[in-house]
Amino acid sequence: MVTDKPAQAGHCPETASREELFRRLDELIAGYQGQAGGLIPVLQIAQGLFGHLPADVVQRISAGLGKPYSEVAGVITFYSFFATRPRGRHVVRVCLGTACYVRGGQQVLAALKKELGVDVGETTPDHLFTLEVARCFGACGLAPAISIDDEVYQRVKPSKVRELLVRYREPVRAAAAQGVKS
Amino acid sequence: MPKLTIDGIQVEVAEGATVLDAARQAGVRIPTLCHLENIQAIGACRVCLVEIESHRDLAAACVMPIADGMQVHTHSPRVRAARRTVVELLLSEHDGDCPTCSRNEDCELQAVARELGIRENRYPGEKSRRREDASTPALVRNTAKCILCRRCVTVCGDVQGVTALFPQYRGFKTAIGPAFDQDLATVACVQCGQCAAVCPVGAITERDQTDEVWAALSDPHKCVVVQTAPAIRAALGECFGYPPGTLVKGKMVSALRRLGFHSVFDTNFAADLTIMEEGTELLHRLRKALADGKDAHLPMFTSCSPGWIRYAEYFHPELLPNLSTCKSPQQMMGAVLKTYYAGKLGRKPAEMFVVAVMPCTAKKAEARRPEMNASGFSDVDVVLTTRELARMIRQAGIDFKALGEGQMDSPLGESTGAADIFANTGGVMEAALRTACELITGRELPFPNLHVRPLAGLAGVKEASIPITETVPAWSFLKGATLHVAVAHGLGNARQLIERIRSGAAHYHFVEIMTCPGGCIGGGGQPRLTSDAVRQARLAAIYQEDEHRALRKSHENPAIQQLYADFLGHPLSHKAHELLHTKYTPRPRVS
Ligand code: SF4
Ligand code: SF4
Ligand code: SF4
Ligand code: FES
Repeated sequence: MVTDKPAQAGHCPETASREELFRRLDELIAGYQGQAGGLIPVLQIAQGLFGHLPADVVQRISAGLGKPYSEVAGVITFYSFFATRPRGRHVVRVCLGTACYVRGGQQVLAALKKELGVDVGETTPDHLFTLEVARCFGACGLAPAISIDDEVYQRVKPSKVRELLVRYREPVRAAAAQGVKS
Repeated sequence: MPKLTIDGIQVEVAEGATVLDAARQAGVRIPTLCHLENIQAIGACRVCLVEIESHRDLAAACVMPIADGMQVHTHSPRVRAARRTVVELLLSEHDGDCPTCSRNEDCELQAVARELGIRENRYPGEKSRRREDASTPALVRNTAKCILCRRCVTVCGDVQGVTALFPQYRGFKTAIGPAFDQDLATVACVQCGQCAAVCPVGAITERDQTDEVWAALSDPHKCVVVQTAPAIRAALGECFGYPPGTLVKGKMVSALRRLGFHSVFDTNFAADLTIMEEGTELLHRLRKALADGKDAHLPMFTSCSPGWIRYAEYFHPELLPNLSTCKSPQQMMGAVLKTYYAGKLGRKPAEMFVVAVMPCTAKKAEARRPEMNASGFSDVDVVLTTRELARMIRQAGIDFKALGEGQMDSPLGESTGAADIFANTGGVMEAALRTACELITGRELPFPNLHVRPLAGLAGVKEASIPITETVPAWSFLKGATLHVAVAHGLGNARQLIERIRSGAAHYHFVEIMTCPGGCIGGGGQPRLTSDAVRQARLAAIYQEDEHRALRKSHENPAIQQLYADFLGHPLSHKAHELLHTKYTPRPRVS
């Protein structure tokens, strides 16, 4: 589902204003116009700019590249990489590729769902974590694997997921305790 | 030409043909689901599997190219077992209940299951996700019945150039639908129903409004009248076993009387009226542009196809001033029925209930447009498609084939051959030219049998040029001019034509656009399945109807002349504007 809300700077990796982000998006689209296979890179970069792909951004891309809206949405919903809702500060991905699946990836996922209190594709209410699943990130030798942001963790045990998450929670707590706005 | 055998039958087929083509030539039937002649061959459903000698795997006949010396078996035990498995797997995901489904007995999945003799479900599995979408006036979707054949995607994208539907998500979650699986009403869909016309199952269908009509018919306070579009008479018979192209006007009228309508009128009457209004509008624009040298928004585009109107509102708002301001014949008829005819009956507009039988789903949406209420009430209350009328006739227990030949009521049932051809691509243009050229030159349109041949037939974009060598004094400024006209059917073709006009590659005075391939005879509400052969048969039937008429030009219709004399005054009069003309609004493509 797409949110009707415009992209909010608050959850963006970029702190530029919304107008500024759209200006950059237009530039980006212009660079790819008429180029076969331009859609996926544009979506990737746009997601980098806005943090996710809200409806107004998707419409701008669809109109700009002259690609039907339904087709652009079809591409976005096909790849789990793309998000149409704001993501949390950290993205937790559980590998469900064959090796990880066989070696308990499902149980790790269940433990994470329980620990975070969200389902796949959802974000915790404090906007700290988004839970996703992925195909394979090439860590099959030491399955089951998960990744948090760009860090890959191998041989993850369901009982140990809380421990893994602590270090991502702590800095925020520490910052909050000092009264510093994160 | 390559030779091969299909079940031992020798055939010679053209290079590049598929095994399915060869089998058809050999008179051997191979079941299909995702295949759509001339439109889609993607090998997705695997229902058409065949065995080819010396090939290890079974092949999908619809995409398998033929080769010289091929030996194909279409019904070997291995083939039958494989097809069965394929269909059983489809059924295992299919969340449908045939007895309550609108496609019951008109369903290709049901037919294939029957053909393969499937009696049990060996794979009870998880059902497709049910997502019902009744957000639009014309169509109802239910993804639980979708078999992912993608016919609708190809038709909406490649034929209509709208692409409102596309596969969303993936794997078991795949859903065919609008962007992000949202409601159809939130995206640019023109409600043409071409998706519903090709869907093999009950996953996209017309909104069934037969109950609303039954309720009105049994309401003693209502005067329920019906009008039928020109295209119905050439197609309704197919629902009762007649071959495509059988004209059943008389039986249709008899059936409507049996259903209990107060009176039965012909939308053709309003088609003649449209020609008077639209033809006059064209001449006014020509005068403004050619004699007064002002911008008159040429070319003028026809406005009788509501899918095209929505298409222009979504995708070409800059063309809205070029659209004729005429309402479609359906809406003109409704407006006249609720004002002029109600007055004759001594009834209030509120007591009139107007049903329109149309080949079209977009007309359902058109009837709901808030501005279409000349009498203060909706011009048209309910639009039924050809398929829904057939359903009502069956529900009433009427033996259609046994009916006699009924007659339309007078005077709003009287019409000319020019109105009949509104059903065909090129027909509105031909009808307009029959009247406009005669008004300008004082002579009959100079084409054999009044048919403008270059504008007829299934070519996607057609054009003609008519030199005007002499005129009556009032139109002398047109002397020596050449009238350039063009016709497109199917919105994908319309898009190409519009591109040529916009780029300056082509110049026309008048352009006819019909939303559906073939025109109204190929409408989204017509009996399924409309192939090109069916289109040709219906087109020919309509021309035959036209040629058998005593009157073949709209301005010669005495009932129309009477209506102007009694009520409207003259074409484009103030009253005509109030009742018969409308305006258009640009629409956002996503809301
Ligand atoms: S779509 Fe066909 S098979 Fe499915 S419920 Fe309807 S009639 Fe039955
Ligand atoms: S009604 Fe026409 S425009 Fe709408 S989804 Fe169906 S084919 Fe596409
Ligand atoms: S909705 Fe109908 S036509 Fe479209 S993919 Fe599903 S079954 Fe096929
Ligand atoms: S009809 Fe050939 S694969 Fe569907």
